[in-house]
Amino acid sequence: MINQKTINATLHLADTTLILAQKNSEWCAHGPILEQDIAITNITLDLIGQSRMFYQYAAELINEVENKNETEDTLAYFRSEREFKNFLIAELPNGDWAQTILRQFFFSCFHQLLFEKLQHIEDKQISAIAVKSLKEINYHVKWSSEWVIRLGDGTLESHSRMVKAIEILWPYTGEFFNAEENDLIEVKKIKSNWIQKIEAVFFEANLLIPGNVFMQTGGKQGIHTEHLGYILTEMQSLQRAYPGLEW
Amino acid sequence: MNIKITKYYYGDIPEETTSSPSSKPNTVDLGWPLWEVFIRSKQGLDHKHAGSLHAADAAMAIENARDVYTRRQEGISIWVIESKHIHASNPDDATMFYEPSADKIYRHPTFYDLPDEIKHM
Amino acid sequence: MFLQEAEKTFQEKIDSEIKIEPKDWMPEAFRKTNLRQISQHAHSEIVGMLPEGNWISRAPSLKRKAILIAKVQDEAGHGLYLYSAAETLGMSREQMVADLNSGKAKYSSIFNYPTLTWADMGAVGWLVDGAAILNQVMLCRTSYGPYARAMVRICKEESFHQRQGFEILLILSKGSKAQREMCQDAINRWWWPSLMMFGPKDSESTNSDQSIKWKIKRKTNDELRQQFVDMIAEQIKLLGMTLPDKDLKWNDKTKHYDFGEINWDEFWNVVKGNGPCNKDRLIARNKAHDEGAWVREAAIAFAEKRKSNINTKAA
Repeated sequence: MINQKTINATLHLADTTLILAQKNSEWCAHGPILEQDIAITNITLDLIGQSRMFYQYAAELINEVENKNETEDTLAYFRSEREFKNFLIAELPNGDWAQTILRQFFFSCFHQLLFEKLQHIEDKQISAIAVKSLKEINYHVKWSSEWVIRLGDGTLESHSRMVKAIEILWPYTGEFFNAEENDLIEVKKIKSNWIQKIEAVFFEANLLIPGNVFMQTGGKQGIHTEHLGYILTEMQSLQRAYPGLEW
Repeated sequence: MNIKITKYYYGDIPEETTSSPSSKPNTVDLGWPLWEVFIRSKQGLDHKHAGSLHAADAAMAIENARDVYTRRQEGISIWVIESKHIHASNPDDATMFYEPSADKIYRHPTFYDLPDEIKHM
Repeated sequence: MFLQEAEKTFQEKIDSEIKIEPKDWMPEAFRKTNLRQISQHAHSEIVGMLPEGNWISRAPSLKRKAILIAKVQDEAGHGLYLYSAAETLGMSREQMVADLNSGKAKYSSIFNYPTLTWADMGAVGWLVDGAAILNQVMLCRTSYGPYARAMVRICKEESFHQRQGFEILLILSKGSKAQREMCQDAINRWWWPSLMMFGPKDSESTNSDQSIKWKIKRKTNDELRQQFVDMIAEQIKLLGMTLPDKDLKWNDKTKHYDFGEINWDEFWNVVKGNGPCNKDRLIARNKAHDEGAWVREAAIAFAEKRKSNINTKAA
């Protein structure tokens, strides 16, 4: 039995990975040093790969239920701001390198815990994607953790940039654990593991988790920041200008 | 336009010795050290020199090597060493180093004449 | 006396196709020419990321986006291999980057042209990479070992670049009217700059062919350019498009295509910094470098700290 829940959940996974890839790809050709330009671009490519698998699966499900002709591209290029279900954190501006790697760190740690659970869910497709993606995500966690530690415990400047990045990004991490009817797993259950991981890395990095902070939410429901509209306008421009063509 | 044409090959554009178009001072910052990368392409083979790269420390050098030199599944194991730790023989010594072994042909199996009946030895 | 002797041995090595390695004796001019050429080649890869990077965010499908990102990333890799090869000649990458950013060092002028439509991704891949590959294949046999090895690796990776470019154009050429126009327009804009990539005509040079004698280069500019024209003039038939040159036609006598005169005034102007994007490219490179300074410093500071921590623990 296919239901709208699985479709929505799959689209959420696809949208989040795509939007984060779209943002990370802005670093391609603009990184702080060649080696790291290449490194973050590898992560971008992993994320696009993941998003494509989820979109393809979502398209399959939708076509089965609604007798439509959706593809990975129609889903990525012809849905609007209110239809996108990505986490807000993915659509935030890159900021500096500190902000970019911190976002990757927060997200990858969450993704790792999430996909460890998704590996074992009943839906064979999603669990297969999770198994494949985990190998990539484990590396993203390692790479981003090391950067958090390096910058947190680097120079005075890098430390203060990390502190500022935490201030900006922390309010967008609560959304990871906001339970919603479409969730494939009980996200609340992985929260403490996530906090533990963040704390362990922050400890090494000389950084602190902020106290009680109001958390922003809305991504899964399609209530976004103002940034998403511009991201989609740019990303979808060719498909929207010349709909229905092959490229 | 007043341009003196000097020999100019594709990919090798002559550089003017006069002022540069940008007024930016030519500053060089402290770079990351250079590392040499060795990659084992598959189990059972030696690590082979793949190239070099820059990294702040060994852990980063290994990851950079993974990201730079194994994008197309070129390897399954990586060694890195900071380039400054590599000592090399001097090309000027080549004659005395390598030529004396040229006449030690008895070190090679083909030196020995064995009856054809012995097929594998 | 020693110098003459050394130069003779050096040339003998070159003549018998023995590669020159970093620690070998080499004439100063050989070192300088290689250093200049390899570093320019590296800069070209790095600056070359910008015009194509310009379309990553707008790639018209997820597949195209992934391919384009991988391609631009490959160019970063190629720049890195080439900087490494140049470093064996005694200049640090930081110095080379500083020379690029200050405007002192040159890079291929082709990257000072803008990428205006998606079809440019096809035209750049097919024409610009196509031209570059002819040069690079030749350079796989160049006489300086590290450069030759870098080129072998690059050629292996590069082989998909031209193909994906041609594929983009092929799809456009079979597409809607707007897509076909986009395709032809991109070819029109990139054709002449691609021909200029090969440098001035052989007849316009007065110097001796030192680079050929040293086997840094194995073909002249005109030879490579002709090879390129012959290749593209055939391939374009498959696209059903035309090259913007009324003088282009097969010459049965020479067994090559004749082609029209290149606008050398434009060529020298772009070399001199007056191309449409010269300034933007340098601004982008400087911005990335300057904004990355604190990151590079922090990584070094962190590495030093950890090293001294280990030392104090050991003591």
